[in-house]
Amino acid sequence: MNLIFYLIAALTVAGSLAAMLLKNTVHCALALTVALAGLALLFLNLDAQFAGFAQIMVYIGAVAILVVFAILLTKGSETPKDGVFSRSWPMGLVIAAAVFAVFGWAVLQSVSWLPQATPAPTVTVEEIGNALMGRYVLPLEIVAVLLTLALIGAVIVALHEKEGAE
Amino acid sequence: MQETISFTPFLSVSPIAEILWLIPAVPMIAAGVGALLKQPKRKAAAALAIGSMSFSLLLSLVAFVHVVAAWAHGAAVRETVNFSWIQVGTQFGGGQVDLGWVLDPLAAVMLVMVSFVGLLIFIYSVGYMAHDENFTRFFCFLSLFAGAMLGVVISNSLLLLFMCWEIVGLTSYLLIGFWYQKPAAAAAAKKAFLTTRIGDVFFLLGIVWLFAGTGTLLFYNHGAGSMEAQALTGLLAQHAALGLTATGAIALLIFAGAAGKSGQFPLHVWLPDAMEGPTPVSALIHAATMVAAGVYLVARVYPLMAAGAHLTHGGMLLSGTTTALTVVTWVGAFTAVFAALIAVAQNDIKRILAYSTVSQLGYMMAGLGMGGVAVGMFHLITHAFFKSLLFMGAGSVMHGCHDEQDVRKMGGLKSVMPFTFLTYAVGMLALCGFPLLFSGFWSKDGILEAAQHWSVAKTPFYMLVFGALLTAFYMTRQVSYVFFGRWRGHKTAHESPAVMVVPLGILAFFAIALGLIGTPAWPWFHAFLDDRAVSFDIHGFMEPGLVRLMATSAAVVFLGLGLGWMLYGSRSPQAEEPDALEKSAPMLWGWLRDRLYVDELYGVTVIAFYAWWARVADWLDRRVWGGAVAGVAWGFGLWAKLNRFLDMNWVDGSFDKSCEELGVGGGLLARIETGRVQTYLRILALAVVALVAILIWSSRA
Amino acid sequence: MTPLAGYLLVAALVFSIGLAGALTRRNAILVLIGIELMLNAANLNLIAFWRYGPHPELLTGMIFAIFSIAVAAAEAAVGLGLVISIHRHAHTTDLDATNRMKG
Repeated sequence: MNLIFYLIAALTVAGSLAAMLLKNTVHCALALTVALAGLALLFLNLDAQFAGFAQIMVYIGAVAILVVFAILLTKGSETPKDGVFSRSWPMGLVIAAAVFAVFGWAVLQSVSWLPQATPAPTVTVEEIGNALMGRYVLPLEIVAVLLTLALIGAVIVALHEKEGAE
Repeated sequence: MQETISFTPFLSVSPIAEILWLIPAVPMIAAGVGALLKQPKRKAAAALAIGSMSFSLLLSLVAFVHVVAAWAHGAAVRETVNFSWIQVGTQFGGGQVDLGWVLDPLAAVMLVMVSFVGLLIFIYSVGYMAHDENFTRFFCFLSLFAGAMLGVVISNSLLLLFMCWEIVGLTSYLLIGFWYQKPAAAAAAKKAFLTTRIGDVFFLLGIVWLFAGTGTLLFYNHGAGSMEAQALTGLLAQHAALGLTATGAIALLIFAGAAGKSGQFPLHVWLPDAMEGPTPVSALIHAATMVAAGVYLVARVYPLMAAGAHLTHGGMLLSGTTTALTVVTWVGAFTAVFAALIAVAQNDIKRILAYSTVSQLGYMMAGLGMGGVAVGMFHLITHAFFKSLLFMGAGSVMHGCHDEQDVRKMGGLKSVMPFTFLTYAVGMLALCGFPLLFSGFWSKDGILEAAQHWSVAKTPFYMLVFGALLTAFYMTRQVSYVFFGRWRGHKTAHESPAVMVVPLGILAFFAIALGLIGTPAWPWFHAFLDDRAVSFDIHGFMEPGLVRLMATSAAVVFLGLGLGWMLYGSRSPQAEEPDALEKSAPMLWGWLRDRLYVDELYGVTVIAFYAWWARVADWLDRRVWGGAVAGVAWGFGLWAKLNRFLDMNWVDGSFDKSCEELGVGGGLLARIETGRVQTYLRILALAVVALVAILIWSSRA
Repeated sequence: MTPLAGYLLVAALVFSIGLAGALTRRNAILVLIGIELMLNAANLNLIAFWRYGPHPELLTGMIFAIFSIAVAAAEAAVGLGLVISIHRHAHTTDLDATNRMKG
């Protein structure tokens, strides 16, 4: 395990922690962006260049922006009076900790079964393209439809409210 | 099974014997049809009754002629037609109960007497009951009675006789209580029924014993009948209690039944009260026929009664006597005197005649006991005619005096109702036994002669002679009160219509004429019944002691008539004045007028005991059994309450409780549904934790 | 610890953080952010397994992760649209307050 991995991992964890703990919602969104960037770097570290760049383009470039828009549209920048955490936040924390514990246990338990080191695969965009159009053409089409539907659905949801409000 | 037992070998029954059953059946059917008629149909009811009775009379005459003809040719007839009725268990060797009818001289004379007297009384009733609104019901009952009585007469089976006997008792009850709205009539009917019932209980015991002892209840059945030699010798060998043989015991039991029906002491108490019924009923049932049924029964079972003593072929007592016959004689003689004494002090015209009937029945029983079947039956036949004549005459008198019954309020009727007077006088003289001319003399003399020659004791003879004296005395008293002297009533009297008076005349004729067939010179009747040859022989009077006996009885009769006339004669004392005899012996008179207190004795002993027992039974029923039932019901109520408690509290309660708990549980579960997304998410996460843990745990190996 | 285990642990950590945030924050948008983090952690898992698992030349993990990104984007769009609608309706994004479905 090299140093770069630890650095990027620390960045990612810090970012996600900040995203969940900060009071200001916009700050959370920005922290999310940092976390997403860290994850993209981790992808690159794993020799999944396409996935890393796709992550940057889609997540950081679209989802994060969308989140910011949503925050601005719902007056999320204002800090609520009762506090940002729900009344029963310890319970949630405990549950999350339990989940982490169980996953950690699963991982550590199976350490001996995991492979030590394998050579890096060389993946070209052409191969990915071939795979998408060949083996995974069906999921591709379905996802295309799904995206279309999501687009239409989001528009409709937003539209109805607009008419209802008037 | 049709059999002919006769003294000559007839191979089959004659036609008349085969249709003999019609004689009782036709009046019974007429009664059944009459029961369906409505009240206004009087002519139809009377026509039915009189028509059926005429038919029975016709057939009876045919049967009588048939039997007489056979006897006249020297071979008397006894034809029986028997059939099996029910099968009883195999204890008595294939035992079955047979019924059947018999035609012999005894049955033939009774048939003719019953149907002839019955027909005359039916015709008389048309006039007597003309003003009564229940005319049709009366004739229906009369027909039923006639049918049943004729059934008793022709019955060859003791069981069939008992069945018809019971119907006779029933119709007697119905007819005594005909005017049931009168409490006295209803009470009298009940009394008659219950008193004869007591006799009938013993009668039934006798029947059962006879069946057990001989295996048959038929009288005559080819030598296998219960009145025939084989059965009787068998019974003689069996011993009952008190030194009696089975024959004696059975005979006494059967006599108890006869004593009830024929009003012998101590079961005589119902007969005088039975005068509450209409006069034709008194004439037919309580003078001529039903009360004679008891005498007829004794005559029918005479072979049983006389078993052990010496008998002739036909049943005349030759020598010796049995215990049963001795008892019959004593009871009869005692009843004769007892009733005659009471009759002396009575003031009701019908009651005098009722006690006279009881007395004469005692004579008949004594005659059967001492002299045999023919002697007793002759008196029965003659008595039937003159007693029914007397009753119908009394009815005519009552009708003419506007329903007055007290003799002290009558008088001087011989000029107002001459025809009634004439016929009544004939009947009265026949009853007294006026010498030579009247049938009563010959029949009573037959009994006195038998009493004189009785081997056991002479006392019955003296008692019967004393009874004859009393009979003459009280009849003279009655006749002088009613017909002589002066009229003491309120309205004027009148003669009765022809339809009532003509039967009186016919009966009066026979009251005289019947004497001719029973004289010692030509004892046709006795010979007929005893199956002997007979011829007119004036030397019949030359029997030793017979003329002396006739003179004695004549003297007694004249003495009685003379005493009566002397005391009463044409003097007509008012009702309030004491009777002439009463003045001389007031205490004795009082006793006699109060009927020697037999009814009162019964009231204090039997009836009081019965009332007490009824109270005990009522207490038992109400307190003990009723209490038990109430207790059970209370127990059930308790059980029901317990069940209700269990049901409401445990079953219902548990059910309700569980439903409540379900609700509570549902409420508890609903807490998960907070409506908040993060709660659902947490639950999801927990589930994931659990699942993963399980997966990992189970894959550890 | 193998490299793969390290990546998996990081992924698990990011997942748990995202879950913790989703379970505890009141703002609906922050819940969605948490969900995005969880999805991304899953993507990391996928890529890590692709890299260190058998047959990486099949590109299964990579393609799976790409599709996951696409679907996550669509879902984020729709989800945020819904949050905006709810905000218009209830004038709040506080999840503690939205319990209309309480039963």
